[in-house]
Amino acid sequence: MTEPSQPVLSIRHAHKRFGAIHALQDVSLDAWPGEVLALLGDNGAGKSTLVKCISGLHALDEGEIHLHGRPVTLASPTAARAAGIETVYQDLALFDNLSPAQNFYAGRELSYPAWLPRPLRFLDKAAMRKTAAEVIDRLQVRLPHPDAPVAMMSGGQRQAIAVARATVFARNIVLLDEPTAALGLREARKVLELIARLRAEGNAVILITHNMDHVTELADRAVVLRQGRKVGDLKPDQSSRQDLVSLIVGGEA
Amino acid sequence: MARQTENGLGTTNLAQSAQGPKGDATTRLALRLLSAGPLLILVLLVLGIAAVTPAFAKPINLGNILAQTSVIAIVAMGQQLVILTRGIDLSVGSNLALCTVVGGLAYQATGGTLPVVLAMLATGALVGAVNGLVYVHGRLPHPFIITLATLSICRGLALALAPGHTTMRGMPDPIAALGSQTVLGLPLGVLVVVLVAGLLLVMTRMMVVGRWITAVGGNPQAALGMGIPVKGVLVAVYVISGLCAGIGAVVLAGRTDAASPVYGQLLELDTIAAVIIGGASFLGGRGHLGHALIGAVLIGVIRNALNLHNVEVFYQMVAIGLIIVLAVEADVLRSHLEARARVQQARGTA
Repeated sequence: MTEPSQPVLSIRHAHKRFGAIHALQDVSLDAWPGEVLALLGDNGAGKSTLVKCISGLHALDEGEIHLHGRPVTLASPTAARAAGIETVYQDLALFDNLSPAQNFYAGRELSYPAWLPRPLRFLDKAAMRKTAAEVIDRLQVRLPHPDAPVAMMSGGQRQAIAVARATVFARNIVLLDEPTAALGLREARKVLELIARLRAEGNAVILITHNMDHVTELADRAVVLRQGRKVGDLKPDQSSRQDLVSLIVGGEA
Repeated sequence: MARQTENGLGTTNLAQSAQGPKGDATTRLALRLLSAGPLLILVLLVLGIAAVTPAFAKPINLGNILAQTSVIAIVAMGQQLVILTRGIDLSVGSNLALCTVVGGLAYQATGGTLPVVLAMLATGALVGAVNGLVYVHGRLPHPFIITLATLSICRGLALALAPGHTTMRGMPDPIAALGSQTVLGLPLGVLVVVLVAGLLLVMTRMMVVGRWITAVGGNPQAALGMGIPVKGVLVAVYVISGLCAGIGAVVLAGRTDAASPVYGQLLELDTIAAVIIGGASFLGGRGHLGHALIGAVLIGVIRNALNLHNVEVFYQMVAIGLIIVLAVEADVLRSHLEARARVQQARGTA
């Protein structure tokens, strides 16, 4: 892949306050295509707040978000999605009673004819099924019962579906909030492979995790937050691992 | 049926490897049996009753069952959509009574057929809209409260509006025909059930709003996050339920050739029972129109059979109650089996 000339996502001097709490203090970061950026920090460091600002759930008090060099306002989750930013939340946000394909398109169903008000349009089931099947196939997610409701699927399969859903629509960036936290070893491994494949396809991936093994294995770059400030931006590997841990917990390395 | 898979990826080029562990196949078979349960029970019941009760299988009796079931069936289809979204509509019975009374007044005022039908449907939809709007915008914790309130309000209004606070005899001929005429041996009222079922089937299975209703029932929080207009969907569901009560009012007024403020008592419980007995989950998220229809017919068949055997009405109530318990236990069993399927997936294929 040729070296991209500008980051997909660029956050400049972000501030966010909740009453007396200064959750984000002058945080800047860049996310590049084909790169997994790990976002690290202890509980309460501001990771989730930052993710929520990028995914449109919170508005920044100060600072700017740029997509491909252009400033954007992400006023709602819908606006963020429209801007090509997809978020996979820790608690999944899947619909248990819908199949994977139905989950993919929930809230943005392909439908016709266009002159009808959206709720009254007819579902284009064939097109939705086809795209979903293609993505699941491409990402090599194994679903022995692909038309069953996701209630019947394991935690790993569900997480894989959530990640796959994000890839259908993400044109700029995929945010993953602790995607392996609730998974067993084997299923976590599958999700990590999936994230590597997202990167290989040229997506910019921002990964929040507490698992340092995953960070050193997968992340191209790690940004560390502590008490709302960015305290580190480095390339994670075995040698820098101790530095990263020190940055996270705030000890002097 | 409980877990419909109408829109899967089954026909595609996915790796459909069948080497899931054996327990997986067993669990899935059990779930399939469970979801076919209510229909299976209905068929067995009909065959069993027919074997021991000659009068039961006579066409006229079967036609009677369907005619008597038609009102419950229509209103239960609306109730099913409400329950699918984790709600409940307690107002349907009183709403239906109010609809007939307003229709009766419209008949007295105009003498026409169309005004009567429109008055009944509009009243039903209006009550539904009140339920939905107050629930959503009053930010009530549960629709139980508002529909309990309209249960009382509608019954009171119906009694207050009806001249002499009692039954009003006479309906326009085309409406009365719903009870007296048959087509292909089926009472006209039954055709109304088929028509309503067809329309709702198109809406729930083929239209975007139907998918939204299912999504809201499955995970309201996620639905909000995915940009689905949850409040609008909920209001629509209560309007549809009210409209179904209005349609039920037309059929009942036709069958009895009368309007009455005391119609539809305990209809809310019959329709909820029908939905649950039919196999929908009372907790929402799972269920389709077939559940409402099967449940309604099941109730009709049981009542009819017990009537033919001169079993007193209180034992019918006991029987229906026992079946409700059975249906809810089946739903509990289903969640257990689904949890087991998840574990088997994690073990076998992840």
